[in-house]
Amino acid sequence: MIKKFFKNFYLFLILLFTYIPIITMIVLSFNNSKSRVKWTGFSLKWYKQIFSDRFIVDALINTITIALISSIIAVLIGTFAAVAISAMDKKWKNFYLGITNIPMLNADIATGISLLLCFITFGAMFNFSLSYYTILISHITFNIPYVILSVMPKLKGQQKIIYEAALDLGATDFVAFYKVVLPEIMPGVMSGFMLALTMSLDDFIITHFTKGAGVNTLSTLIYSQVKRGVNPSMYALSSIIFIIVLIVLLISNFLKSANSK
Amino acid sequence: MNKKRSLKINKNLIYVMPYTIWMFGFIIIPLLFIIYYSFTNKAGAFTLNNIFAFFSPVHFKSFLLSVKLALISTIICILLSYPIALILKNYKLKSNSFFIYIFILPMWMNSLLRIFAWLTLLEKKGIINLVLSFFRLPNINIINTEYAVILGLVYNFLPFMILPIYNSIIKIDDNTINAAYDLGANFFDTFKRVIFPLSIPGMVSGIAMVFIPALTTIIISYFLGGGEMLLIGNVIEQEFIQTNNWNLGSGISLVLIIFIFITIFISSKYYDLEDEAVL
Repeated sequence: MIKKFFKNFYLFLILLFTYIPIITMIVLSFNNSKSRVKWTGFSLKWYKQIFSDRFIVDALINTITIALISSIIAVLIGTFAAVAISAMDKKWKNFYLGITNIPMLNADIATGISLLLCFITFGAMFNFSLSYYTILISHITFNIPYVILSVMPKLKGQQKIIYEAALDLGATDFVAFYKVVLPEIMPGVMSGFMLALTMSLDDFIITHFTKGAGVNTLSTLIYSQVKRGVNPSMYALSSIIFIIVLIVLLISNFLKSANSK
Repeated sequence: MNKKRSLKINKNLIYVMPYTIWMFGFIIIPLLFIIYYSFTNKAGAFTLNNIFAFFSPVHFKSFLLSVKLALISTIICILLSYPIALILKNYKLKSNSFFIYIFILPMWMNSLLRIFAWLTLLEKKGIINLVLSFFRLPNINIINTEYAVILGLVYNFLPFMILPIYNSIIKIDDNTINAAYDLGANFFDTFKRVIFPLSIPGMVSGIAMVFIPALTTIIISYFLGGGEMLLIGNVIEQEFIQTNNWNLGSGISLVLIIFIFITIFISSKYYDLEDEAVL
């Protein structure tokens, strides 16, 4: 009994530690004044101002479009690559997986500056500069490994034999891939997509080095505001995003448990 | 049969072609640029000064401080994660249970904003001190110190330690643990000789996901260290964004990258050895 209490109390403390900054943000998003410590009354004005602030709207659109486009492209490139890599002999497999691990294991800051140097040098040669698209390319680059490493484990085992059986039974490559391989690896593809999306939405360091002047994501916008004080509409927007994610998670969990019953 | 096989190889080549191009263009070539910039000066002549700069007193001090803070926060993360993983295992949750998501959910709120919220909480006249003053308790004064940075690091990276450790502990068969108890082991022996060895793969991947990002953070030291605490990430960022000395920045980064990959190499060796020992 006492043991159980201590266990629950420990979990409670950890959750408190995890959620206290989020609760702080949500409370401050309703604060009438811009102050981060003085409560001057309840207000919805920061919520109303979200969409009249051009910087926030632009950053939000950039963040979402970069996350979605980069994750989708990473899933396309990564899934096909994973299928091919898993069929390779050991030497080539190790080569590809070794390179794939570099952006995963390397420090973000090193990935960021390596891409910066590359973009600047080639930009001078081919006459382009840092922009929205250089962020997009960078995000695709660090997203592909997440997809490959999520899909690869699903490709082990039986699936190759079934695929060959489908070919022997007269299916074309495409049909066999679509009907046999894809359903089997779909959970891996989806979790790769979700991982890529999460990493892209929350990235700061790599975006910081590869973004063009004047282009911002939510992360880089917050960074630029820290010295002057973060616009409380930012708290409001983040609170909305957080609540949406929470609701989606609750619904999907509810549906899952309803399905399993 | 032979024809079919060669066709299959061709098909795989086509599948992997886009990634191969991408990999060379945006992983390998950019790394070669870091190496090129590291060994040249602004005029493009060969030099080793950028590499040696890493070991200059100022920069090396930043590096040692980064290692110290990252090491301490990684250890705290490990110590906090094991009880959580063990408690959650006892709860016998279904996989993908909502309870697991509770630990990941905060990651969906922008991490910069969450770290900034800690600044709001820890400031001299911040929220925690307001609450403490209200109850006439002594105030805490850790903002702009190493303690605040460690707190921020632990806060930010704890989920990345909980998840792999939980995933490896949940895979341990209950019968294995019960067998240890039946044979007379108490909890600590069981943990030391059964649970912990079997969870080492999870812990090693947790360390990789916590130690390296913690070592190279920019934001946490910038927000909670008061701008005066320069970790190695801040040094590199300054060289690139403010002083525009890319050669120096590349040199420091190159040494850092080598350090990271040596660390990973050693830990993967250790993990392989342990794996065989367990078998």
